[in-house]
Amino acid sequence: MGTERLRRGGADGQTGSGTTARPPAGPTVRAVIGTPRPKTDAPGKVAGQTLFADDIVLPRMLWCKLLRSPHPHARIVSIDASKALALPGVEAVLTGADLPIPFGILPVSQDEHALCPDVVRFVGDPVAAVAALDEETALAACDLIDVTYEPLTVVGSVDDAATTPTPQLHDYADEGNWHKLVHLQFGELDEGFARADLVREDLFLYEGNTHLPMEQHASIAHATPDGRVTIWSSTQTPHYLHRALSKVLELPPARIRVIATPNGGGFGGKSDPFNHEIVVARLSQVTGRPVKIGLTREEVFYCHRGRHQALMKIRTGVTNDGAITAMDFESYLDGGAYGSYGVASLYYTGALQTVTYDVPTYRFRGARAFTNKPPGGPKRGHGTTQPRFAVEVHLDKLAEQLKIDPAELRLRHLVRPNAVTANWLQLGTVGLEACIQKVVVGSRWKERFRKLPYGRGLGLACSSYITGAGLPIYWNDMPHSGAQIKCDRGGGVTIFCGSIDIGQGSESVLAYVTAEVLGIEPADVKVVTADTDLTPVDLGSYSSRVTLMTGQAALQAASRVRDLIASATATKLDVPVDRLVFGGGRVFDAQDPEHGLTFQAAVGIAEAMHGTLGAVGSYTPPRSPGRYRGAGVGPSAAYSYSAAVAEVEVDPDTGIVRVPTIWIGHDVGQSINPALVMGQVEGGVYMGLGEALMEEMAYREKLNVVHKWPSMLEYKSPTTMEMCDVITYLIEDPDPNGPFGAKEAGQGPLNPVMPAIANAIYDAVGVRIDEVPMSAPKVLKAIQAKAKGKDPRYGPTGTPPVPWPERTYVRTPAQGGNGRD
Amino acid sequence: MSNEQLTQLAGPTRRIRGTFRVNGEAREALYRPHVTLLELLREDLQLTGTKHGCELGECGACTVRVDGTPVLSCLVLAQAVEGQEVTTVEGMAEGAALHPLQQTFVELGAAQCGYCTPGVLLAAEALLDEHPAPTRDEIKLALSGNICRCTGYIKIYEAIELAAARMRGESAEPTRESVYGY
Repeated sequence: MGTERLRRGGADGQTGSGTTARPPAGPTVRAVIGTPRPKTDAPGKVAGQTLFADDIVLPRMLWCKLLRSPHPHARIVSIDASKALALPGVEAVLTGADLPIPFGILPVSQDEHALCPDVVRFVGDPVAAVAALDEETALAACDLIDVTYEPLTVVGSVDDAATTPTPQLHDYADEGNWHKLVHLQFGELDEGFARADLVREDLFLYEGNTHLPMEQHASIAHATPDGRVTIWSSTQTPHYLHRALSKVLELPPARIRVIATPNGGGFGGKSDPFNHEIVVARLSQVTGRPVKIGLTREEVFYCHRGRHQALMKIRTGVTNDGAITAMDFESYLDGGAYGSYGVASLYYTGALQTVTYDVPTYRFRGARAFTNKPPGGPKRGHGTTQPRFAVEVHLDKLAEQLKIDPAELRLRHLVRPNAVTANWLQLGTVGLEACIQKVVVGSRWKERFRKLPYGRGLGLACSSYITGAGLPIYWNDMPHSGAQIKCDRGGGVTIFCGSIDIGQGSESVLAYVTAEVLGIEPADVKVVTADTDLTPVDLGSYSSRVTLMTGQAALQAASRVRDLIASATATKLDVPVDRLVFGGGRVFDAQDPEHGLTFQAAVGIAEAMHGTLGAVGSYTPPRSPGRYRGAGVGPSAAYSYSAAVAEVEVDPDTGIVRVPTIWIGHDVGQSINPALVMGQVEGGVYMGLGEALMEEMAYREKLNVVHKWPSMLEYKSPTTMEMCDVITYLIEDPDPNGPFGAKEAGQGPLNPVMPAIANAIYDAVGVRIDEVPMSAPKVLKAIQAKAKGKDPRYGPTGTPPVPWPERTYVRTPAQGGNGRD
Repeated sequence: MSNEQLTQLAGPTRRIRGTFRVNGEAREALYRPHVTLLELLREDLQLTGTKHGCELGECGACTVRVDGTPVLSCLVLAQAVEGQEVTTVEGMAEGAALHPLQQTFVELGAAQCGYCTPGVLLAAEALLDEHPAPTRDEIKLALSGNICRCTGYIKIYEAIELAAARMRGESAEPTRESVYGY
């Protein structure tokens, strides 16, 4: 690639905080950071040589299949596996009694079992597992397992959960089948509404949808005679899987090795420890042979953990110039059968409303229901996607009532950089203004908004996302990310880090940062990741945390190695250490570039001086000022910002919406590699387009709550024929908390897409689709309603009764609050 | 159920011998007669570069070329391709040198997770054999059976256009907009 031609200097400035590492002093012209270049793992992927989990084959390997429940809710009366065990080729059968210890991703939701011991809670819940000589025999054996079920009352929806307190799906629920209920208030809401010139209330429904990674989950476990277990698995969170395996297998973590294989797409769907991972580990222990499982596409739908269905009510007070005086937000989530990340998901639906525009007083009430469906969890934009849809469409309606251009309304009331929000989130840089301006100019917004012919329209929306969760999933004071670097005498550098590449480029980031600091080429850096025996802990590829946190850990480790090499080189060359430059594979005197050593020679003299060369680095996010119960969700070292304009063409006769173009501006802080940031932004727009127009986890509620479409043919996702053009603007407003100023790009750019399309549909045909996906029948119904003089809207009309708990009241920073009460 | 009936349920079943041509090599296999080309490639011939995303013909990840035509290997019985030339992603490179499409996919980040990539590459290669200078719409049509969940297809289009230009002998580079934005 013509990187030389395209190379350009990055932004300066790096102050750091917490355990943030500082890039070394010296020249700030960057050789690697900010330049487009290949992903380090791309050659293996295009050659078909990258080994995904299902590509791994071990000698004497057995195949595992799971028997899954055909009932949405039932008691297991008996299981008879004798016929299956008699089938030639079957080596072992497990049932719930073999793995009695519960697990779950969150410490507060240890409600899953590897195999259901007594109750099944959704169609697809695993009941038994078989290990056999080949996959067909394992499948045949599953058919021979006799399970007697006693059906239980089915809770099929949030409304069902509200009216069906018993039987409880889980007895630890806050109330009846309400898994979790939250009630937080920041500041004097009534006073805020009293100051408003206009108060508006809207209801929205965001249908749940799923990740649909191209790779079906797969795992292979090998228990060896030394008492150890190794598992290769397509997981985004090898560290959390390590902990879950240790708990359920009752084996010390030191005897379990988790190797995360490159994920063939994750998007949040491989972030939980899963039944099948624990099952193959136990089957391998039982049989003494490697055991592999590859899920079918239908089973991937049952794993789910995707976007929660969210019903939302939003009430906002504004002054005549559009300033928000108060916001009251409610969300009702269909959580499915288990906790998963649900408590965090629920809090996230209330957390980030305050980080784009100034919201001086704010209340959030949230309820997550247990229902007999596959569990919801984190999908790209985790919990912030649904409320962002609600907020941005609601603002569009407010802007119209106030007769203010929606772009102008937002620009007037942007949150200030470095502000602390009403709910105590410490912000950093805010590049949202530039994002809005870019998409407004690019889309010719001022000339075209509300001026296009009937059937065509433009809509605008904004969003923000965390760059890594401020707190780990289990409480501890240890770093969130660690990296270790070793140098060999040949000048080779290896960096070890627990992160796993899910396609986003996390492996590459480690190489780029290390190469930048040491003045070598990324190709000369070997990266070893996601192996609990070899690599320091990184918490996982979730919450858009990896570039910032592993980047900071790598920066610290590389800077320490650099210091060791620099001190030896300075002595050798008789040059002051702060005059040394690492660049072009050399270490040299800034005042006399000819006076220097090759990097390899410098490593050699450093090893002679210091002994074996290596260093570690780690990163912990800064502490958030919020101290109230629930303040753990929302804080981040940095927030990314996005703005999008969508253009739509709506066919009024069919309701079919086509999106020719989306303009998107994304404030990434600083691109580590702009080509890969572009890819993340475009991919986010793509996934948002799918959610906006077609993707949904839909169930036949009256027919046993069976998933309607557990296949890729019928769960519609955009192909090349539906994908829009994307005009991307990268805004670089470096954040001092990010490595070289970098913020996230993997999740945020998805969030403005759905509301921008909804707002564009209104511009095109004058109807409000307050429900995602905005599929053709809904659009057509709204158009027909409008033609008959009825409410030109499609959307929800009410909320279920919820026994809200007593509020937690927290004074805002403006009230002189302390962040706690 | 008798032991005899149980035995019939169990695999592996009777195997047959077959000779295949894969990536220009003659490959002999002793395989179960009902396996798909996808299974034969991955499990019998250890060519795991070919991926699967559904095994139902819905996603395009398993695309390979049979006598030049892109096919979904999960829907083709292995028996049906005996004697035909099968090309998988492993057969695209010339020795150690990546195919121009593979090269541009690397340069532009057109492979993110890389799981749909082998199928996309083979569909694209077939397109360029027919249309050395495809329009964007022709590229979209040629790839309409290949789902990619990472890229939004944009970098894939750009990589195919860049490779096509180079294969026509032009000295093309990525545009500034494709790697830095507008």
